[in-house]
Amino acid sequence: MTPRTDLMEEEQPVAPIRELSAREFARWTWRQLTSMRTALVLLLLLALAAVPGSLIPQENLDSVKTTNWQAAHTTLTPIYRRLGMFDVYGTPWFAAIYILLMVSLVGCIVPRLGVYWRAMRAQPPAAPRNLSRLPDSATYTTSESAAEVTARAEALLRKGRYRLRRAPAGAATGSGEVAAERGYLREAGNLLFHLSVIVVLVGFAVGSLFGYKGGVIVLVGDKYGFSNELTQYDDFSPGSLFRPSMLNWFDLHIHDFHVDWVDSGPQQGMAQGFKSQIRYEDSPTGTMKSYNLEVNHPLDIGGTEVFLIGHGYAPEVTVRDGKGNIAFSGPEVFLPENQSFLSFGVVKAQGAKPSQLGLEGLFYPSEITLNGQPVNVTGDIGDGTNAMLSLQVWKGDLGLDNGPQSVYSLDTSKMTMVAAPGGKAWNLRVGQTATLPNGLGSVTFDGITRWNKLQISQTPFKHVALSGVVLALIGLLGSLFVRPRRVWVRARETADGTLVEVAVLDRSGADEDAAVATDLVARLQGRAEEEPS
Amino acid sequence: MSTHTWALLSNRAVATAAVIYFLALLSHLVEWASLLGQRSVSADERALVNAGDVADVPLEAPAGVPAAEEARIERTALFSRLGYLLTCLAAIVHLGAVVCRGIAAGRVPWGNMYEFTLAGTCIVALAYVLLYARLKLAWMAPIVVAFVLVVLMVGVLVLYTPVESLSEALHSYWLVIHVISAALATGAFTLGGIASGIYLAKRRWPDAERGWMSRVPSLATLDRVAYRIHAFGFPLWTFAVLITGPIWAHQAWGSYWNWDPKEVWAFITWVVYAGYLHARATAGWKGRNAAILALVGLATLWFNFIGINYFSTTSEHSYAGLPAHGAVVVQRAGV
Repeated sequence: MTPRTDLMEEEQPVAPIRELSAREFARWTWRQLTSMRTALVLLLLLALAAVPGSLIPQENLDSVKTTNWQAAHTTLTPIYRRLGMFDVYGTPWFAAIYILLMVSLVGCIVPRLGVYWRAMRAQPPAAPRNLSRLPDSATYTTSESAAEVTARAEALLRKGRYRLRRAPAGAATGSGEVAAERGYLREAGNLLFHLSVIVVLVGFAVGSLFGYKGGVIVLVGDKYGFSNELTQYDDFSPGSLFRPSMLNWFDLHIHDFHVDWVDSGPQQGMAQGFKSQIRYEDSPTGTMKSYNLEVNHPLDIGGTEVFLIGHGYAPEVTVRDGKGNIAFSGPEVFLPENQSFLSFGVVKAQGAKPSQLGLEGLFYPSEITLNGQPVNVTGDIGDGTNAMLSLQVWKGDLGLDNGPQSVYSLDTSKMTMVAAPGGKAWNLRVGQTATLPNGLGSVTFDGITRWNKLQISQTPFKHVALSGVVLALIGLLGSLFVRPRRVWVRARETADGTLVEVAVLDRSGADEDAAVATDLVARLQGRAEEEPS
Repeated sequence: MSTHTWALLSNRAVATAAVIYFLALLSHLVEWASLLGQRSVSADERALVNAGDVADVPLEAPAGVPAAEEARIERTALFSRLGYLLTCLAAIVHLGAVVCRGIAAGRVPWGNMYEFTLAGTCIVALAYVLLYARLKLAWMAPIVVAFVLVVLMVGVLVLYTPVESLSEALHSYWLVIHVISAALATGAFTLGGIASGIYLAKRRWPDAERGWMSRVPSLATLDRVAYRIHAFGFPLWTFAVLITGPIWAHQAWGSYWNWDPKEVWAFITWVVYAGYLHARATAGWKGRNAAILALVGLATLWFNFIGINYFSTTSEHSYAGLPAHGAVVVQRAGV
């Protein structure tokens, strides 16, 4: 992963063809793996391998979309499944690339740490015999003595934060030389960057192996709430080394919830800002605490973070069966279909007799009738007078004995619709009751409760990963913008005066050597002109 | 003035800027055409061109040049200056459009794709106008102007959205930090990519003595300019994508890295540019291969900005569609 060092490796003589011993083979493999070309190929391979995950729906990102995609592509699905295309970032082949990259990185960095350590302690190299052979050099003649020139050069270079070679060689009278080097931090930045990448990878790995992310919809009100137990989550995606015992205890409920609605302009009726007043306990014996939960302002409970990511309405519905018994009662979560919170939901009255009842339909937070069609104006229910529940009622077998099904869909394959007089749907305002025909029972729209979608997650080592990236950035800046440079000045007294040679070698290829050399000469001479000789 | 008026003003300014950019482009095309009629460049001129001092090419006719040739050189110079002045004017009007849009929305004007395009092209145009003299970018003129014009038009025609308040997740000061750094990096990578692209073209016709290619600086200069611009953009991109992005994602969505398609492609872009800088540092990959890699990086960058939206609708970066809670997908087993 590093410049220059292994150019030599690549130029190794080709050995005569013979069987490699296991040890030689291992050595050869290690060499190949830690060579820069391999690192580069692995890096680009990582980019390439990340592509399919962004184009094919991913199970852990959007399971519904993935299921739909799989249903639509029956030929590709088994092949993709075998390749792990529905969970690209968790597949062994993806892991193989970044683990190899990491090994390659370590193999590159560790030896270079030693090299750097020695370079730090070593002195700048002595001047080459023939300075004028270097691509960027300059000469001039002066009447000053060699000692004067070198003393001035030393002072100038020291001021320019160069490290000088101690006791310059060939300190015979009549000649002198200065060797200086600067920009040691470039390699330090380089090493810091690569080490930090490892820190980031470790932090990220720990976070995704031991962390979890879960979502839950919690109804607003003191009588509803959430305890941090596995069974309470609606969806839960743990890291592969996560154990349920890692969940820390807390208990919360949403005391109050407030939404700001946009009341003018093209976005009228959409929610602008929302905030929840949370009451929570972080230990069974602790006291109740309060927190204002908002988007972008998560609540941290002992390392577990709670985020507010959405909200909606849960109409309170009571379903009575033919005998007048309550078969279902309470708020049922409806999911918003658009920005003005027209919401869809399902109520399943499993215990209704003589036959099970299922309701599905739309909730209009604020409905007006336009040309005989119900239209939702805004997501704001105001005092609730314009809120409307528009339901299709089905009777028959809900199909709940055939295994689990989503609470947001109704399987009507074994049901028949109970049509409302004059139309298909039963439209109810708050407080209204629809009496179903043929003694099936009745449906009452009692009121409206709100809900919040909370995301709860634990990401251990996230600060390690973040510090790693910040350090990597600092290292990167060093490795990109620090210019390592070597400067040599040699003065030799001749019959025509003192001949001064200046040479500059920039190791970053920034092409500024000539300018630096000219500048140094000018300053060496400029000072000379000021002083009366 | 009301929100509506400011928004209208912004739209007018965009249209005006587009017309001026178009005129600037025409002017530069006349300049090009005029260069095509050029006879073999004199030795003096060529020496200057090779030194990279493009802006300083003597635009006054050297002595002993026929009158027709003199007129042609004058025409080239005139349209070159005119094009630059028009570009300056357009960039100022463009900046005005961005500011009006911000006033109309009552926030930073990069809350959706249209606004990001508007602001991003403005950054490219301003960077070009301001660096024109210092980095001697005259040779870049027609390409930069054409690029800004085309992207701006795509923004207006395809991405336009009326002024709207932001979805809740975007209400954060990270919007300022994250998006500015991403936009600056995008602008830098685009300019760097243009330099790399021209490098490849120049490599194909290294000794062009006629036409626009003759004004392009030497290969070594192009390579160095491209590297410098990329080296400036890369830390910014790192900051935007790997520091502010995850911090904000963590605050808003509850997880600092979601493998969301936009994140994945931002990462891919990062890796490709890391590869570019790396390959360049390893000495062997200067020049052609590095330039190709830079163009691949630019392709991933712009694909991420526009293309990915056509492949994936689940991205949490899709501002124009449903609000975050519209995508609430819950699978509760049983009842």
